[in-house]
Amino acid sequence: MSKIKCQCGHENPFGTVLCEQCGRPQTDEARESKLIDMRYEGSARRSQTYKRSIVDKIWNFFSSVKVGINIIIAVLVTSAIGTIFPQKLFVPATTEADIFAYYEKHYGFAGTLYYKLGFYDMYNSWWFIILIGMLGTSIIIASVDRVIPLYKSLKKQRTKRHTSFLKKQRIYAEGVVADSNSSFDKAEEKLKELRYNVKIEEGALLAEKGRFSRWGPYVNHTGLIIFLFAVLLRTLPGFYVDETVWLREGETRAIPGAPGYYLKNNDFIIETYSKEEDAAFGQAIDRVGTIVKNFQSDVTLFKDPEGGLPGQSEQMEFVKDYSITVNNPLNFDGFNVYQMDYRLNELKSMTFQLMEKTTDKSFGEFTVDLLNPERLYELNEGAIVELLEFYPDFDGVEDGEPVTKSPIPNNPAFIFNMVTTAKPEGEKSFVAIRQTLETNVNDYEVKFVSAETRDITGLVVRKDKTLYLLLLGGIIFMIGVAQGSYWNHRRIWIQKGDGNELVLAGHTNKNWFSLKKELDKVKLYADLPQYEDRQETKFDDDGKKGDKS
Amino acid sequence: MQLASLSGNLLYFSFVAYLVATLFFGGAVKGAKTQESYKNNRWRKIAISITIIGFITHLGYFITRWIASAHAPVSNMFEFITAFAMMVVGAFILLFFLYRTPSLGLFALPLAVVMIGYASMFPRELTPLIPALQTHWLTIHVITAAMGEAILAISAVAGLVFLLKNIDLTKRSKQRFWLESVMFTLILVVGFILSSSTFAIMGYEAKFTYINKNEQTAQIVYNYPPLFGMNEYESLTPDKMTPLAEMPPIVNAKTLTTFVWSVATGIVLYLLLRLILRRPIAALFQPFAKKANSEVMDEIGYRSVLIGFPVFTLGALVFAMIWAHEAWSRFWGWDPKEVWALITWLFYAAYLHLRLSRGWEGEKSAWLAVIGFIIIMFNLIAVNLIIAGLHSYA
Repeated sequence: MSKIKCQCGHENPFGTVLCEQCGRPQTDEARESKLIDMRYEGSARRSQTYKRSIVDKIWNFFSSVKVGINIIIAVLVTSAIGTIFPQKLFVPATTEADIFAYYEKHYGFAGTLYYKLGFYDMYNSWWFIILIGMLGTSIIIASVDRVIPLYKSLKKQRTKRHTSFLKKQRIYAEGVVADSNSSFDKAEEKLKELRYNVKIEEGALLAEKGRFSRWGPYVNHTGLIIFLFAVLLRTLPGFYVDETVWLREGETRAIPGAPGYYLKNNDFIIETYSKEEDAAFGQAIDRVGTIVKNFQSDVTLFKDPEGGLPGQSEQMEFVKDYSITVNNPLNFDGFNVYQMDYRLNELKSMTFQLMEKTTDKSFGEFTVDLLNPERLYELNEGAIVELLEFYPDFDGVEDGEPVTKSPIPNNPAFIFNMVTTAKPEGEKSFVAIRQTLETNVNDYEVKFVSAETRDITGLVVRKDKTLYLLLLGGIIFMIGVAQGSYWNHRRIWIQKGDGNELVLAGHTNKNWFSLKKELDKVKLYADLPQYEDRQETKFDDDGKKGDKS
Repeated sequence: MQLASLSGNLLYFSFVAYLVATLFFGGAVKGAKTQESYKNNRWRKIAISITIIGFITHLGYFITRWIASAHAPVSNMFEFITAFAMMVVGAFILLFFLYRTPSLGLFALPLAVVMIGYASMFPRELTPLIPALQTHWLTIHVITAAMGEAILAISAVAGLVFLLKNIDLTKRSKQRFWLESVMFTLILVVGFILSSSTFAIMGYEAKFTYINKNEQTAQIVYNYPPLFGMNEYESLTPDKMTPLAEMPPIVNAKTLTTFVWSVATGIVLYLLLRLILRRPIAALFQPFAKKANSEVMDEIGYRSVLIGFPVFTLGALVFAMIWAHEAWSRFWGWDPKEVWALITWLFYAAYLHLRLSRGWEGEKSAWLAVIGFIIIMFNLIAVNLIIAGLHSYA
């Protein structure tokens, strides 16, 4: 494509609206309009210039701010729909059938529809992920399409602009002053005092400040892209560990996802607020009942010794003791271990005694460890109790056989064989909580004495290699958004005309109010012609004009 | 305890100060015959002085309560909303000194008054922190987020003034309908405050047992005459009103009762006002907006979004993610509250991008600012009380 040669002699890239150097309008539309469109300095943007090939069309689609806004709105609406009913991950069900049943039961027809449309797992759905992908594409293309030409034309702008450029600015003044040279010099002085960068060329002045705020949007978009890229990385294996581990008090286990490391739960603690110690909260405690003060797991971290064989627990090396609480995870080697859940009073062991029914004579007590039960228990006078079968989570009898629901001792049941000198073959007995069953009438029985319980802590193990990248994206975004929001790019042009005539124009990318305040100061000091804001009466016609403060 | 009651009194004082300041701002706007007097009159000076005094006592409330409870008073609905109201006033003072428009105060201060009133309907006693809240991130995250939201709220106030000034209320139109709806919503909030405090002063209490959705027996105390009963309710206070209808277990009938009472009170109040005024409520406020300059209001609206958006992002998303990572092991979990913070952020991002295209200034932009505030309020009220809670009317 050919270049556009401006009257001032500068060659502009094809598609330029305002000459990069002198600002003369290059298109008929710009020449005819009363105010020129200063967005992106009237530079040649790819999307506005090339519209033929398929690549151009894709580029133009994603570079459009309107398309970008529509994508934002689409993400917004889908996100909102996702909060109408709880998402799948908050539903206490695991199989698809159970999940469906949950929505149907709790939310009726609307719930069924919600499930069928896939809204119950909105944020992992293909269309949501595609939307986010489109958003990312739009951010990249729209930024590149604008930032390069904007950078070039701000870099190439000349101090002296053509009058047709100044005349079409929103803030404009022309007029004869008492002494244009003195006004010009005083304006320079005052503008410098207001921290403008002032450049002078052939009786023309350009005062500029805050140009770097123009890069704010592109900086924050870069931050967003880094953030989205980090989120994308998390889907790759190895970047991300997320495991749950349940640890009983006194138990040591290998930490899932962190090979070579072991964790021992020394103690799990729950504390609640008490009216005595926390008197200020007395009223609240009365109203609510119990309020938890602390969930805490006191743990010890071990690891395999250097060069040792993994899994040989006797040789574990002590690393550290730590108290994990809700806001204080345990940190080691890039891993974090969080306090997430707990179960109180799980049965640990049960103590029984062997008795002769008729005489109530005891042969002594024995204790069954409910996680690793021993098979034989030797008692007084040569009596032996043999544990034949153990059902940790007894759930009734199926096909004549007792069954267990899980390996967790929620409802333990036992089949014992009681061997005594009087009955050397032994007597069998089925013992569960509050029941004893015998096939034949026995002479002896195993009687429950006591049970010991302990707490279990639920910990989550996480490692996330993308965290620093996410944080970097966030920081860059914040820098960019502050840069673009809290600074303004202001430019003031003053040019000498014939005799004592002065021409003045001003432009800012936003916050016109402050630009005008600064201009007022310069005008007062340097005796400049009164400027006019050609958009001030944009909303109010003269009949209902309000304060001009 | 001494400190806690001092704190309460300071808040009460601020509440009254804002009310009085509103009247003076009204005087400043109404009394201004000329441009000059609108900008610089005694009423305005008195009004802003009272506002600042109110803000200082409000800050006093905040600090004394902080000392009394030994944590930043932003840990429950009452504390958060009063802090939010304080920041709205703070943001207004900031923008007032930038633009010096009394019309803004005339609408921003009543908003703060209604918010404090609304907050007072929640339990006000000092509450201890549950383990998840015991961290300095509570202070950092909540205060920054509230500050961002407060500045964004000023944008909605400016938008409202713009709309009141520029919408023709003498003719039937879509704009008039929606503007009146905004007014109606505000009256509903007043209806809630009125009905709730009336029954609170009467000391109304009705106790029930019921079967909850986990099929367990539970107890509940109503502070309103029970229009709706919980699932399989049984009254423990038979001398009180019997519910008119029983609700299924997933509906929280107590919340529903409160909601219906508030709406009913609001509607009665609205109809009464309409009967007395014989014109839309918006028309009552319109004369006070007429003297504002639309251009300035539009600029305040845009500027406050520009100032508030980065603060909101930092507080409600960045700090929130860091805290979520510390406490819950993930920086993002698609929890409804998180999602609605994201929605708010996306909405204002769309607002800022729309300002780039021609035509999205003035009225359209003012509507967006009002909608933005509604989203913020939705996240504060509905997500807390309905979605995250019991899905009562979902």
